[in-house]
Amino acid sequence: MRVKLRLFAMYRETVGKREMEITVAEGATAGGVLEKLIRDYPSLSGLGNATMFALDEEYVAADTVVKDGQQLALLPPVSGG
Amino acid sequence: MFEVTDKDIAAGELADVVRSDSDGAVVTFSGVVRSFSKGKRVLYLEYEAYKEMAEKTMAQIGADIKERWGIERVAIRHRVGHLRIGETAVVIAVASPHRREAFEACQYAIDHIKQVVPIWKKEVWEDGEVWIGREGG
Repeated sequence: MRVKLRLFAMYRETVGKREMEITVAEGATAGGVLEKLIRDYPSLSGLGNATMFALDEEYVAADTVVKDGQQLALLPPVSGG
Repeated sequence: MFEVTDKDIAAGELADVVRSDSDGAVVTFSGVVRSFSKGKRVLYLEYEAYKEMAEKTMAQIGADIKERWGIERVAIRHRVGHLRIGETAVVIAVASPHRREAFEACQYAIDHIKQVVPIWKKEVWEDGEVWIGREGG
């Protein structure tokens, strides 16, 4: 399955991209995608517990299954306003 | 109007957007970049947004305000990019026939923007920089 991953703030700076197309297995969850990213970029591990997820611009829980063609955003703790 | 922009923003402009002839009160809030944070002198801020979702969540805050106070004329603009000390990062304008609801709704808006809108602030000091997270700022 192909998923468009959106990266912001610390994620964007560490990975060096605002977005990337990734391939995930059937049944992969938002949290699972994050875990794989942290394995590839261990310096992100501190953010793991505090990261929120959005699928197609809606907040979702970490255990939400990701579907083909969706846009998954990894959202560090927000600090707008 | 719920907008993320990289241009200058100002409370007065947003007040004009929301005011209608039935409104006796227009309340605005400006979130401004300040020079000290946690004892360190800030050189500048960088704001970044998930624009599409930020505008959606800001619109949802507007919908919450309509449901809770019956106020329909709410506008929020958040700026992104490089902001210097004294520049305005966010503006909220709320118009209502009477002031009590407008004040309450405006406070609700900024409190919730800070909690749910996918926008991030990076503080840059002389000796380092950090993306602000749950510790606030």
